[in-house]
Amino acid sequence: MEKDPIIEVKQLRAGYNGNTILEQVSFGVLKGEVFVIMGGSGCGKTTLFKHLVGLIKPVSGSIIIDGDDIAHGDETLLRKVLRKIGVLYQSAALFNSMTIAENIALPIREYTDLSEKSIDTLVKMKLTLVNLDGYENYLPSEISGGMKKRAGLARAMALNPEILFFDEPSAGLDPVASNELDNLIIQLNKNLGTTMVIVTHELRSVCHIAHRAILLDKNKKGILVDGDPRYLRDHSTDPMVKAFFNGRS
Amino acid sequence: MKPLSKSESYGYEISEVEAGGIYIFLRGRMDSSNASQLIDLFGSFIKDRHPSLLTIDLKKVSYLDDFGALVLVELRDMMSSNGGRFQLVNAREEVLYVLHSENRIRPNSLIKAHPPSVFVRYGDAILRYAADVKYLISFVGSVCLAFAYSFLHPRSLRLDDTFIYMQKTGVDALPIVGLLSFLLGLITAFMSSVQLQQFGADIYVASLVALGMSRELGPIMTAILVAGRSGSSFAAEIATMKISEEVDALFTMGFEPTRYLVVPKILASVIVVPILTLFSDLFAILGGLTVGVLVLNITASAYISQTLMDLTLFDVFWGVFKSAVFALQISWIGCLRGFRVDGGAASVGRATTSAVVSSIFLIIVSDSVFAIILRYWI
Ligand SMILES: Nc1ncnc2c1ncn2[C@@H]1O[C@H](COP(=O)(O)OP(=O)(O)OP(=O)(O)O)[C@@H](O)[C@H]1O
Ligand SMILES: [Mg+2]
Repeated sequence: MEKDPIIEVKQLRAGYNGNTILEQVSFGVLKGEVFVIMGGSGCGKTTLFKHLVGLIKPVSGSIIIDGDDIAHGDETLLRKVLRKIGVLYQSAALFNSMTIAENIALPIREYTDLSEKSIDTLVKMKLTLVNLDGYENYLPSEISGGMKKRAGLARAMALNPEILFFDEPSAGLDPVASNELDNLIIQLNKNLGTTMVIVTHELRSVCHIAHRAILLDKNKKGILVDGDPRYLRDHSTDPMVKAFFNGRS
Repeated sequence: MKPLSKSESYGYEISEVEAGGIYIFLRGRMDSSNASQLIDLFGSFIKDRHPSLLTIDLKKVSYLDDFGALVLVELRDMMSSNGGRFQLVNAREEVLYVLHSENRIRPNSLIKAHPPSVFVRYGDAILRYAADVKYLISFVGSVCLAFAYSFLHPRSLRLDDTFIYMQKTGVDALPIVGLLSFLLGLITAFMSSVQLQQFGADIYVASLVALGMSRELGPIMTAILVAGRSGSSFAAEIATMKISEEVDALFTMGFEPTRYLVVPKILASVIVVPILTLFSDLFAILGGLTVGVLVLNITASAYISQTLMDLTLFDVFWGVFKSAVFALQISWIGCLRGFRVDGGAASVGRATTSAVVSSIFLIIVSDSVFAIILRYWI
């Protein structure tokens, strides 16, 4: 694992219509790391996530992804950065008017000059990777929630981005499906060296997959603690951290 | 102690104690089924008697939930506003637990939902309106940029989508547009013939139908139909994509949502609606012809030659030009409303409605502007 930070967030302040939700948030994500953002409901995880993928501009501070500051750059720079990332949304956000295969082919067709036949083969390979072979021609409305998540993952990985972002990947999945998704994440991280940034509540999966985690807090409007989740779970002395990991207050 | 009334699930006894105090002994359940009865009953009792002390005995209360607690809270408030005292006795532990949760609602934390003052509401409306206008202007900008980009990079244009929208907006609308225009031509011819016949000017029915339809009714009718069919569906489509994070997904996949979603729709409408208008003109003239031949006994060839004589190319092009502008407005408003949603399913409905209403409004307003331009400048 190389030790360069691929994402650096510095002194980020974020909010909506003048309400500050997060302030003085700084952290870095190393290349090849599985990085988890945790926190109680309403503490700003989704807000932070949307900032990281460029959907919202911060009030102040910078977000540097692979050397480019998306908080201050222009449209062209943002597009360049977006090419390096893939996003799996909480609702999978598959395009409902397209089949699974077309969903996955969309970015490939846009950004490469592959022939239709090669794209077809590539899509099949991606679907096999997420255990969805045979579902090429299904519409998103015709598959289950867990399958949608996996199809969304296949689409997010279509161009093998350097960084994958996940918003609550296991929300709404049964323990088995969520475990499968976790294993898939671990495999991808191992085999392709993809950096992963994951927002999640699932403590079990955090300890299973994460190399490092940050815990956001609503009252502090920022990071409560930053470190290896297994270490934090077993050794943290901070009462709030303990409360979070033990599910008690 | 004198029992006043009894019912299945609850009962109570009210007795008076010395010095203007009242003692209520409650029995049974205090829940959603009897809360309002209890409040009314004891409330009117308090109002009549003005007791200085109200004591409520909960010893025999078997069940009390937050509705029951509400009764007690309301009675307490009534007593304190009457200047009396209130006390609970013999409450069991479970009951105390519910009451405890009720106690957390401190009086000052229950802010009454005062209707905001006129100024606040006007200010709020103006701010919202300003935000709308700001969004509108930035949307115009981003649509123009998207078109410029597509023009400079024709390969980036989503041709497949454009063709699909051309079919949905144009081809699929042809039957209804044709039928309605035919009927409209029929009606116009019929109504005008009643007047024109008095002067023996039957033949001018042909001119009237041709001019009226190609200049005014054809473009307007087509535009209104397109607004209802396609404007609404554009709005609904984009709105649904927006609330299911699909627009976000497009963005992070590096697609510019305006370019991807809006350009094909606007382009398709602007191409196809003028053609639809031409069809509408044609069907209306056919309708007029039908009346002319069947009712007014004009020969088909006379009707057609009269039509050709009075209808100039300018009239037809003027109508077609107008309909292109209407098409631009309809598709633009549809997309704008779609992007403006936030929230759930209800906002999709609102977006659709407002897309149709505002585009019909815009169509009529801009048609008036066209009429003025035609009258004074051309
Ligand atoms: N679009 C918005 N406009 C205004 N305020 C918002 C908006 N989205 C979120 N907020 C506010 O920002 C705060 C953080 O919300 P956010 O969605 O980031 O929480 P979260 O940590 O993702 O919570 P959860 O775990 O419940 O999803 C909340 O107080 C919320 O009210
Ligand atoms: Mg969230």
